[in-house]
Amino acid sequence: MGFKSYCFKKSLWVFHFGGASCNNCDIEILDCLTPRHDLERFGILLVGSIRHADVLLVNGIINHHDKERLIEIYNQAPKPILVVAIGACGCTGGLFTESYTFAGPVDKVIPVNAYVPGCPPKPEAIIAGIVKLVNNS
Amino acid sequence: MAASLFYFFVFPGILFAATVGALLSWFDRKISARVQFRKGPPLLQPFYDFFKLLLVKETILPKQGSPLVFLLAPVLAVFGAAMSGVFILLPLFNITTGFRGDLLVIFYLLTVPSFSYIIGALASGNPLAAVGGSREMKLILGYEVTFLLVIAGVIMKCGQHFDLNTIIQTQQDGSPFIGSVSGVILFIVAIFCVQAKLALVPFDMPEAEAEITEGIFIEYSGAAYAMIKLAKYIMFFILPAFIVALLMGGFNLHGINILWAVLKVIAVVLLLTLIKNTNPRLKIKQAIKFFMIWMNLLAVIALVLIAFGL
Ligand code: SF4
Repeated sequence: MGFKSYCFKKSLWVFHFGGASCNNCDIEILDCLTPRHDLERFGILLVGSIRHADVLLVNGIINHHDKERLIEIYNQAPKPILVVAIGACGCTGGLFTESYTFAGPVDKVIPVNAYVPGCPPKPEAIIAGIVKLVNNS
Repeated sequence: MAASLFYFFVFPGILFAATVGALLSWFDRKISARVQFRKGPPLLQPFYDFFKLLLVKETILPKQGSPLVFLLAPVLAVFGAAMSGVFILLPLFNITTGFRGDLLVIFYLLTVPSFSYIIGALASGNPLAAVGGSREMKLILGYEVTFLLVIAGVIMKCGQHFDLNTIIQTQQDGSPFIGSVSGVILFIVAIFCVQAKLALVPFDMPEAEAEITEGIFIEYSGAAYAMIKLAKYIMFFILPAFIVALLMGGFNLHGINILWAVLKVIAVVLLLTLIKNTNPRLKIKQAIKFFMIWMNLLAVIALVLIAFGL
């Protein structure tokens, strides 16, 4: 493992893109940053600008409106960027698959590096997903 | 020549100041985490952040705006921070060169990083960065007069001497300036000025994360952002060190006294961190009012007290 990838793994800055979700996943993602789970001990920070991000967390289905915006956000991100799809909605479409606003789960729109299924996934599951992602990238 | 380059790049310039500053910024994050009952990041976290930005990430140039100015601004910020760092730290470490630490030079060099952030933000062509830039400009207008008054107070206290060497020497021969009523008032005012200079929480409206998503730094990525981090680390060390030099008697580098010097800097940083963690962000109007009226008033009271020899 090189010095570069070691530094990258130790300091992942996360940008949160909320698609058309039911908002439960958003709450679980924020839970990861609370004192109980405290992702900052792994160097993970929530950043406000996509230009600083290393990981793009996407939750919820992608509807027709979100699609363009998600692609634009993805193109604006400095590479290398890892994309994580959170929740059943992000992975497959979940219970919104038959909705008329549905424009595909996240991986139909942008390439995805990791999936964290669950409705909503527990914070522990999200952390486990990120750990697996870091160890495999 | 070689000595000057060594002073600028290694000790006490960029390398030393940035390393200590990075460790202090870890301390800041750790204390913030402990205040919120979290565990906080590992010791080397600031270094990971810096090298990740510098070596791994791509630097994106703005399509609108001026790429050259956009890229030069962080370099200028590092230059300003390192330059003022050298001029503050040389007298503090009691290294005698031709320069004796003229306070006005230091005062102007300390504003260089803030100005280059503004220039960079305005060159990026992003509307949120422009909002951040204008806020930073107003904030500078607010605290700079106050900071000058603090420096004037220190100059009056040590008998009209403008150089840092003499100020530190006077305090070490007599007692630190903070040991008097006027000294305590000056210290309070100086802490708030430094808080604003570092853009820590009550005064972090230029980079307000929640409303204008990092404001002045919104467009920076990769190596350019790493340079900004570097400038911030340096400032995070030299501004507390400047307060220690002005009011708390400077460093005494003999034997066990080194520990005492380290403790002084850590105490100032701890105070800044606690203020940061126990206050909400002010509006820019409130911040200017705070400095223009209340802090200036306090500083003037301190000046009057000094004139009466208290
Ligand atoms: S996966 Fe479940 S909890 Fe998450 S956004 Fe979809 S419906 Fe809501």
